[in-house]
Amino acid sequence: MAEIRLMKGNEVLAEAAIRCGCDGYFGYPITPQSEVMETLMAREPWNETGMVVLQAESEVAAINMLYGAAGTGKKSMTSSSSPGISLMSEGLSYIAGAELPCLVVNVQRGGPGLGTIQPSQADYFQAVKGGGHGDYKLIVLAPSSVQEMNDFVDLGFELAFKYRNPAMILTDGALGQMMEKVELAEFKPRWTEEEIENKFGVWASTGKKTNRDRNVVTSLVMDSEEMEQNNLRFQEKYKKMEEEEVRYEAIQCEDADFIIVAFGTCSRVCLKSVELARAKGLKVGLLRPITLFPFPNKIIKELARKSKGFLSVEMSAGQMVEDIKLAVYEAGSTVRVNYYGRMGGIIPTPEEVVDALEDKFSWEISYGVKRSY
Amino acid sequence: MTEEMIIAGFGGQGVLSMGKILAYSGIMEDKEVTWFPSYGPEMRGGTANVTVILSDTRISSPIVKHFDTAIILNQQSLDKFQDSVKPGGTLLYDPNGIIHPPERTDINIYKVDATVTAVEMGNPKVFNMIVFGSYLKVRPILTLDNVEKGLEKSLPVRYHKLIPLNIQAIKKGQEIVESVLEV
Repeated sequence: MAEIRLMKGNEVLAEAAIRCGCDGYFGYPITPQSEVMETLMAREPWNETGMVVLQAESEVAAINMLYGAAGTGKKSMTSSSSPGISLMSEGLSYIAGAELPCLVVNVQRGGPGLGTIQPSQADYFQAVKGGGHGDYKLIVLAPSSVQEMNDFVDLGFELAFKYRNPAMILTDGALGQMMEKVELAEFKPRWTEEEIENKFGVWASTGKKTNRDRNVVTSLVMDSEEMEQNNLRFQEKYKKMEEEEVRYEAIQCEDADFIIVAFGTCSRVCLKSVELARAKGLKVGLLRPITLFPFPNKIIKELARKSKGFLSVEMSAGQMVEDIKLAVYEAGSTVRVNYYGRMGGIIPTPEEVVDALEDKFSWEISYGVKRSY
Repeated sequence: MTEEMIIAGFGGQGVLSMGKILAYSGIMEDKEVTWFPSYGPEMRGGTANVTVILSDTRISSPIVKHFDTAIILNQQSLDKFQDSVKPGGTLLYDPNGIIHPPERTDINIYKVDATVTAVEMGNPKVFNMIVFGSYLKVRPILTLDNVEKGLEKSLPVRYHKLIPLNIQAIKKGQEIVESVLEV
């Protein structure tokens, strides 16, 4: 019988890390995610599983500790909130460049700058388009419940190791601070040294064995020809992710005239907006991207051919809306893609979203699809 | 069944912990639960509130504009949330420190003198459990058995000896709640 508990999103991130056999956590406190390390420290997993939990002197130190640990083939993780993730971005680029698996959690708060400690989704671009320098991508997972905060820790590690690429859980202060019912996973043992050598001996620096060449972990390649080959290999990898790893949830989209697209906390708000809109006689559906990279382009293209419009609802000035527009354009559809959102730590209400939908699509609601030729 | 409620008062009154016990009791009844606090640079004496949602089905928005029930423990919260109760919904408040009582005429209003009763019981800390008891009386959506299990789950083991006192306070709250207006 699985263990059911009432937990905060932040607490469950910590518990899930211990249970999935994470080897090391390196972090630095910042609101609204401090409970992650707080919970880990209170749990003292080093006594239970041998997992290392270390409070670094800064986010820059934490991400470089993660880089080192990931280089040895260990399951390593960090978490922070928006300003801290900015500090980590250089290290993330290095980790992606060195093709190392690790898990990074961003419990977003309102920016720019130190901003506010209230929830936000304004780090979407940073998460899905890179953040640090160079042509790299993170696998980005967007949980919308405390249960998914739990599930995506294991999934994040699985994908990170499958592709030898950093994965990110992109969540926000609301999901971090919220408590919900959660079914915890069974404990998985940490990988032994032999398992790591067997699984990742071709790349991880596990100590030079006599039967193989030394493994070098680096993102520095001075030969441009060779560096271009590296880049081409990375791009192949990202393409494969786009083909194989897209995850989304489509709710009441089959007969929908209008599709609300929202992830994380906003998708929860919009689930109710769908209910309210349908009660008013508007056929509205919700598309909830679970992977933000790879982005669910294909389903958007399909929906673009039969719907009358899209509304991207975000706690930002409108970032994901650009990716939706791109998919709709690629589908050859001319339905309008609108945005509605709040910023600075404010979460929109379900009623606000319905009002915005009626306002922005008043033409389509009255006259049907507007095709701009 | 979906019950969307707000519990609001001063920091230190046990607003968040009452919500947590409610949520855990809901889990004991196999319900889906969401507990969403106002968080920020909060402190004792400042305002504190938490949205609690119990439902038989998947819970959508943690952001709620119109509540089924509001449990109000100070004047600021009454002023702020009185108008957020759905018509036909329920407002439960403690009259202690309330200068302007609720004015709505389209909702059910109940009051519980929990501050005074807690002092009479010799333990001001059980204040929130008296209020919780009153809530259970006017909105009987959870059984006392499951509330007791919820208490066991949400209190650390070292406080389990206090569960009988909490149950006693809940029962007291069930007894003393007064109806002000029923629609």
